[in-house]
Amino acid sequence: MKKKMNNQEKTFLAIVIPVLLLFFAFNTLPMLKGVIYSFTNYRGYGSYEGVGLRNYMDLFTDARVGKSYLFTFKYALCGTVLVNVISLVMALGLNARIRFKSALRGIYFVPNILGGLVIGYIFSFIFTYILPAVGNSLNIGFLQNSILASEKYAWIGVLVVGVWQAVAMNTIIYISGLQTVPDEVYEASMLDGASKWKEFWQVTFPLVMPFVTINLVLSTKNFLMVFDQIMSLTKGGPAMSTESISYLIYRNGMDGGQFGFQSANAVIFFLVIVAISIFQMTVMNRKEEQL
Amino acid sequence: MKEKAEQRTNWVLTVVLILGTLTVFFPLYMAIIIAFKQPSEMTNDIAGALSFPAHWSFENFREAMVVTDFWHSLGNSLLITLSTIVLSIVIHSIAGYVIGRAMANKKSFRFMYLYIVSGMFVPFSILMMPLVKQTAQMGLGNRLGVILLYTVFYMPMNVLLYSGYLKNIPLAMEEAANIDGANTWTTYWRVIFPMMAPMHATVAILTALGTWNDVMTPLVIMSGTGQNTLPLAQLNFQTQFGTNFNLAFASYILALIPILIFYIICQKQILNGVANGAVK
Repeated sequence: MKKKMNNQEKTFLAIVIPVLLLFFAFNTLPMLKGVIYSFTNYRGYGSYEGVGLRNYMDLFTDARVGKSYLFTFKYALCGTVLVNVISLVMALGLNARIRFKSALRGIYFVPNILGGLVIGYIFSFIFTYILPAVGNSLNIGFLQNSILASEKYAWIGVLVVGVWQAVAMNTIIYISGLQTVPDEVYEASMLDGASKWKEFWQVTFPLVMPFVTINLVLSTKNFLMVFDQIMSLTKGGPAMSTESISYLIYRNGMDGGQFGFQSANAVIFFLVIVAISIFQMTVMNRKEEQL
Repeated sequence: MKEKAEQRTNWVLTVVLILGTLTVFFPLYMAIIIAFKQPSEMTNDIAGALSFPAHWSFENFREAMVVTDFWHSLGNSLLITLSTIVLSIVIHSIAGYVIGRAMANKKSFRFMYLYIVSGMFVPFSILMMPLVKQTAQMGLGNRLGVILLYTVFYMPMNVLLYSGYLKNIPLAMEEAANIDGANTWTTYWRVIFPMMAPMHATVAILTALGTWNDVMTPLVIMSGTGQNTLPLAQLNFQTQFGTNFNLAFASYILALIPILIFYIICQKQILNGVANGAVK
């Protein structure tokens, strides 16, 4: 220490230390406990002992865990692609020379402010009663029964609700991205006689690339952690075909006596989320630099 | 000529976008219609769900309020969300300020910044089970516990937002106050805190939207206390609704109304807040 701590530094430490302690107590500490539990056969109650890496070994052979990862990845991949394509198109539309611009932007954002659980219940009714009625009158085979009751199509129902809500959020972010593109850029490309299609891919898209990164990372993360919609639409069914990783950890970890085992699942899930986020950000950063 | 064409309103696109709002309005329209109907009006065809009710009666809403203990759940939701917002604005802003200013020339603060912000990647799933045990042991398996947890969960995002916003506030502001003899604490509350007002709005909105609709945290932390938040009440009373969809939908509409009112009043701030938050 070269100098005695001055007053400002003392105040800074007096503020930041309690905040760090709070953060540690309710974020880092439970995470560390989760890691420790993952090496035990704890059921959530009673006595338990260490089992080394057995939970982790079992994870890879457990059919139910495998199925939940498959569903969650399929859901997150389709959801992220759909949401980003639809949002970008919506943002282009809502940023064009249209009437009632702010009213339309306001309306399209509504799905995002409504809670996933209640929205799930409302859509559940649509899938169970409205769509089959439409399917019957138009004779569309796969709609004639509730898609939520079908092992094959239930995930599409969950996807529709997830996308319906997420598009609202990502559209707003893309609109703010499009607004950063100065008018002169469009004027220049018009003078060059570029077609609208070419203008989008060669001028607009590269300029909103940072927003594509934000939206990809955000929506992938949110889709991977899907919970509310599962809870209200399918409860993981039918035949566990829509059981997301978060839902499985909740279901079996809290009530199913698999506290230790699902802790191991949560640790792996955490690592997967971090790995995917870092991967997306490095790849996209490289792309941004190239442009 | 070309210039003029560019200025003109694109009516085709306007109409397409207006028609597109049906995707937003249809589920809400259906929910409202069903909420006003009687079970006897629910025939098995589409008209049963979509045609206007014979009488517009608020009976379902009245019953739903009783069944789900609506006012109590609403009170809990308001208490939790408002407390979280206040705590976030006070604690996260000062933490963001201290860390943001000090990390410019101090490695230890740079490390604290990364430590807190990296918390954004921690999914609730990994914290959930240990937190249920921990809060129960500490006597925090209740509304207070949920508020405390939200304050911690939103800390990474909010500290990032506040310390980012700080770059817009020149150091000269504090130096001038310091010359006048004000200490760091007073300088912060008198000078810096008011200047961060736009970020307070963003933080309040993002935190509010996140906590108001959250199901998982109150579900695992508050279970057994008999207390509900608005979304939690919908989940816990599902079985009581049974096949009475009219009652259930009246309850869903009641659960959606408060946030819709908030959105209609503060629409502009909310849209700006969300865009700001994401861009930073």
